[in-house]
Parts: sequence; structure tokens; C-alpha cells
Amino acid sequence: MNTPETGHVARRRAAAPHTSMFLRMLVRAAVLRRGRAASALLAMIVAAAVATAMLNLYVDVQAKLRREFRKYGANVVVVSRDGQGLPSNALSTVTSVLGGSGIAVPFAYAVARTADGHSVVVSGTDLDQAQKLDSSWWSVTGWPKASHDALVGARAVTVVGPSGKPFDLSFQGRSIRLNPAGTLKTGAAEDSRVYISLSDFTEWTHVPYSTVEISASGSPQEIGSIVQRLGQALPVADVHPVRQVTEGEANVLGKMRATLLVAAILIILTAAVCVLSTLTGWVSDRRRDFALMKALGASGRMLQGFFAAEAAALGAIGSTLGFAIGVGVAIWIGRANFHAPVSPRLSVLPVVLAGGIAIALIAAIVPISLLRRVQPATILRGE
Amino acid sequence: MLGVGVATAMIAVATDIGDKISRELRTYGANLIVTPQEDTLDVEIGGVNLKPPSDGAYLSEVDLPKIKGMFWRNNIVGFAPMLPVSVAVGNEKNLTLLGTYFSHHVVFGKQDFITGVRTTHPWWKVQGTWPDDNSNDVLLGDHLAARLGLKADQQINIAGQPRRIAGILSTGGAEDNQIVAPLALAQQVLGKPGAVRRIYVSAVTKPEDAFARRDPKSLSPAMYDRWYCSPYAQSIAFQLQEAIPHSHAEQIRQVAQNEGTILTRIQGLMLLITLAALLASALAVSASMATAVIERRSEVGLMKALGAGNLAVAVLFFAEATLLALLAGAVGFAGGALLAREIGHSIFDSQITVQPVLFPVILAIAVLVTFIGSAAAIRRAVKFDPVYALRGDA
Repeated sequence: MNTPETGHVARRRAAAPHTSMFLRMLVRAAVLRRGRAASALLAMIVAAAVATAMLNLYVDVQAKLRREFRKYGANVVVVSRDGQGLPSNALSTVTSVLGGSGIAVPFAYAVARTADGHSVVVSGTDLDQAQKLDSSWWSVTGWPKASHDALVGARAVTVVGPSGKPFDLSFQGRSIRLNPAGTLKTGAAEDSRVYISLSDFTEWTHVPYSTVEISASGSPQEIGSIVQRLGQALPVADVHPVRQVTEGEANVLGKMRATLLVAAILIILTAAVCVLSTLTGWVSDRRRDFALMKALGASGRMLQGFFAAEAAALGAIGSTLGFAIGVGVAIWIGRANFHAPVSPRLSVLPVVLAGGIAIALIAAIVPISLLRRVQPATILRGE
Repeated sequence: MLGVGVATAMIAVATDIGDKISRELRTYGANLIVTPQEDTLDVEIGGVNLKPPSDGAYLSEVDLPKIKGMFWRNNIVGFAPMLPVSVAVGNEKNLTLLGTYFSHHVVFGKQDFITGVRTTHPWWKVQGTWPDDNSNDVLLGDHLAARLGLKADQQINIAGQPRRIAGILSTGGAEDNQIVAPLALAQQVLGKPGAVRRIYVSAVTKPEDAFARRDPKSLSPAMYDRWYCSPYAQSIAFQLQEAIPHSHAEQIRQVAQNEGTILTRIQGLMLLITLAALLASALAVSASMATAVIERRSEVGLMKALGAGNLAVAVLFFAEATLLALLAGAVGFAGGALLAREIGHSIFDSQITVQPVLFPVILAIAVLVTFIGSAAAIRRAVKFDPVYALRGDA
């Protein structure tokens, strides 16, 4: 019976490490019953993807929404205390304190007279920066480009020149001729003002800027510390947060985050429960394999180890693939909803991975420990 | 069942969250302003009015309650009239005394409500007490108080009359350098009873879209009705103008525009979350259907062996799934409503009402999700070979 060939195969098999049979069983089980394995894997992937997307979104949404809130305009204002101008280095001090994380715009104000004797407030500002700070709510027909161009408030237009022709304004005997480049509409005090560039303004009035409006980005604590540092750097000025803006932001962000957290927990829980049931189904479906192995002499421990390894592998592969898909989904959501990419958080990966493997293990071990008590013969007979 | 419940809760929260967040955004204060139509230009720098006091037109205080008679009255969260008056206190020549409502009782027809700056300007903080609207007590801006060296409960001489300082006001805005008083007091100082300079209105609005920006005069009657009956900032402003004679109403773009953007974003986000919830529930359905089909394979085998076609088997399973979906949808709807209410309570401190209109929608969604979820499992059931299925080999 023992031909050299079969003896050779037997020897080779005996000499092969124990693990190879183990791996072989793992792989063959997945390949041969790919329908069931695939559906379990699919459930795992979808659940992991949903969980990843939700977690990613939850971590990132605050930063995203905060960016939206910055469109409300300035959240910190520096005003000179005595009604006089700020020192000429105030703007550079503010910029250095901000260190690039925000926009600072100087504003100077003066009351000028029109040719027919009406008073109108003229403001000099850095128009490029003002455009960045306020563009979402300043409805402007055309921003000034050349010098002596003016942006005229919607209500000031009727006073300074409804015809759209150049107009004269005078301040303390000095006069200036301005070209209306466009009109400005905000529904607030800005509507009654005329905005010109800061260089034109100082040349004409010699009045220094008295206000710096700052749009600082960051959490309430960061903004608090910016306010504090600005106060120390500019003792002559009065630095205060615009409470109207900061409080509304904190309020909405907090509620939004809480809602998202609840939603994320509920959805992840649903996904986890269904993965659990799919995997449990998958494992109990294989009770014949189980019985066969037991009949061939596998120990209970080994069987449990085998199924656990199988489940863990499934969980790991599913979670990793799901993570990749979930990050993709999160990035797409960021693009579609916030017009900015949501940066993938690698810190989410271990959470998803651990969660996936844990669920897979629970799903595998429960049916196995139930099956352990059953005689293999009963199962093999098909009862 | 769990899936449908979660999906219901998410749909309910998503449909209602716009309204909730919109109310939260009202923390930003008024989004509409009503001014006299014939008003002259404001000459104001940093909250200090440089315009001669006799200048300008006024609105009438008597017209204010009419705001609550508008079509969108229920969307008006509150309003506050303002009347700035220049006064002299000691050495300070050009101080602004701002007359307003704090929490004033307004009666219009059968409606009876309370409004004032405490609703429209929720970021105003008072150290001490808020003055009563019928008293002659005032609030002092905190910068002004520091400059004058005055504290709460002391007296201040305004226009020759001693007034009690009820509290020190901190707003982070121009009011920090002003005196804020009940409207009647400001009118008395100005010598114009019933005069109001401007009204701040805080309203819950719908994000602006292209339709909102259309000029109402250019719309056809049907379109005009639709425009008028949508709570856009524009149409509410239009109605305010109708309600208050000789007035001009405008949205405060800083508040109104940004509110629109943020609402759109948040609603988009909630929509996506709802989709994720639906996906998760489809997954749950497909998992349980798969298990059910496997368990009943011998039954399927028997049916097939007795001559049932693939169609008959599929129809049977689909019918069962539909029945289950309807049942689960109903139970899930109740559970979801409960869940949504919990979320509303714990996060927004207010009810999230689940509209009954949603019920058929939820049922339809439940059936659809079940169909999609169970399609794969039923396809397997149909493909079972009766011989193997009956032998127990499948």
C-alpha cells in the first residue's frame, strides 16, 4: 500500500508545521463558501464604513461649522479707549498676536459734509481685507479698485449722489472728489456710510484709524487667550469679544455636536447589532464543519480557536476595508456639504478596527459555545 | 425593527432640526430691522449719535402690537423698539440714552405675549436687576459706569431728574457706553410720547434661495402667494412693512445671510445622517432576512418540490417582508417618536414634535428598505435546489 509517492506525501504532511493546516482551513473555508463569507464580510464592511464616516464627521464637524461661523464677521474688536486714534503700530501688533490665524481690518471714521451740507460718515479701511472679512453678508455691486474710488452705502447714496456721478466731500475745510464704484447693502449702520481706502482717508482727513475688527479662528478658549494677549499688547486700547457673535456660535456648535453624537451612537449601534446577527448566522450555518472537525478528533479549544481566528480575520479585513470606504464617504460629505475636504482621521482606525474584531469575536464565540455541548453525530445526521 | 426605529428618529430629528437650530441661531439677535420710511441718514460712529436730536422721522409705538397680527406672527420670536436720545450727564455732554422694552407685556387681540431686548438681544448681561418697563430705573453700560464711577442701586442725574440705576449692562457692543432705559422714559426725555426710532425683529426664517430674492412686484399672483407665504426674511420684511405704516423693513444681512448658510449646512448634514441611518437599517433587515431564509430552506424546498415556481416563492417572501415592514414601521415609528422626543428634551430643551404626516412616509420607507434589504436573501431562497434543501445540504 505504501508506495514511495504516498509515503513521500505523508512524510511531507507530517513534517509541515502545524500552522499550515490551520491557515489552509481558514483560507479554504472562506473560498469554498464564498457566498456566506462574502455576505458576512459585506455586512462588516458597510458597518465599519458607516461607523468610520460618522466618527470622522463627528470629530471634524466642529472645525467645519466653526469655519462657517467665521462668516459672521469680526468676533473680536479693538477700539481706542479715549475716542482718539489707535497708535500707528496697532495693526502690526494685532497681526503678530494673531500669527496668521485670522483677519484683522482697521477702520477709521470721520463725519464729512456733502456739497449741499448733509453730514455723512466716511470710513477708511483696508478694502481687500474688509472684503475677506465681510464678503458673505456685505451685498456689494462693485468693490473699489482705483484710488479715490468709494463704496457707498445703500442709504448714503441718496445723500451723496443718486446719479452715480463723482461727488465731493469736505472735512475740516479739505475736500476730496470720489468716484462711486459700487453700493453696499447690509441692513445695518454700514448702509449710511461711505467706505474708501485707508490711504485716501488718512491723506484727506489726517485722522488715524480708531478700530481694528478681528476675525479670529479657534475655540472659545483660544479666542479668550487672543483677547487677553491683545489686551496686554495694546494697553491703550479696549479689546473685547463681540458677544453677539461668540455666544451664538458656542450655543449652536454645542447643540450640533450633541445631536451628531447621539446620531452617531444610534447608527453605529444599529450597524453593530446587525453585524452581530449576520456573523452569528454565518457561524451557526457552519455547524456541520464544526461537527466534522470534532468527529475527526479536534479538541474543543482548538475548534474555538479556529473559529475565533476566522472571525477575527474577517473583522480585521472588514474593518480595514470599511475604514477606507468610510473615509471616502466622509471626504465626499465634506466636499458636498461644506465645500472643503474632511481630513481623514487616522485616530479613528484603531477604534473601528478594535470594534470590528470585538464584534466578530462575540458573534463567533456565542454560537460555538452553544454547539460545544451538542454531540457531533446529532449534527452530522442533520437534526 | 431597531433599524426602522432609529431611522424614524433620525428622520424626525432631521425634519425638525432646521427649526430648532434656527431658534438657537436667534441667539444672534434680531435679523430684521424696521425704520421710518422718511428717515434721514444716520450719523453714528461707535454707537454715538452725532445727528441733531430734532432730525429724522419716527415710528409710532401704537403700531407695534400689529407685528403680532401678521401672517407669519408665529415665526416672530420677539421684537424690541429702540429710541436713542442724546443726554448730558455731568461732564459727559453727548451721551446716548437708549429707550427700549426689556420684557414688555404686549396685547394684540386675543394674543398676549412678552417681548423686549431680553428676547431679541440674549447676549446682553446685567449685573444687578433688569429694570421694570413701567419704572423710571435705568441700566448703565459697564464702560460708562466705570468712567463715571457709578454702581448698581446708586442714583444718576439724567436731564435734571435723579434716576435709580437698576443694574450694570455688558453687551460687548456700543451699548457698553450708553444708558439704557425703559422706552417711556426716553420718550419723556425727548418730549415725543409714542415715538420709536427703529424696531429690531427676531424671526425664524427659511434660508434664502433664488426665489426669495425675486421682486414681489414682478411675480404672478400665484407665485406672489407662494412668496408671501414662505417665511423668507424678505417676505417677513415685506409683511412688517405692511403692518407698520410709513415704515421700511430690511433684513440685517450679517445675521440673516449667515443664518441661512449655516442652516443649509446643518440640514444637509442631517440629511446625510438620515441616509446613513437608512443604510444601517437596510443592513439590519438584510441580515435578519438572510437568517430567516436559511432557517426556512427546507420549507422552501418542500414548496418547490410540490411545484411552486420561483415567482411564487419570491412573492411569498416579499409579502411576508412587507407585512413585517408595516408592523415594524408602525412600532418603529412609535419608538422613533419617543427617541426624537428624548433627543429634543436633552439637547434642545424643547419638544421635537413628530408630524403625523410622517407616518405614511415612514411606512413607505420601511417597506422600501425591507425590499432592498431582503432582495439578496430572497434571491438565494429562490435558487435553492429542492433536493439539496430537503436533504439538509444547502
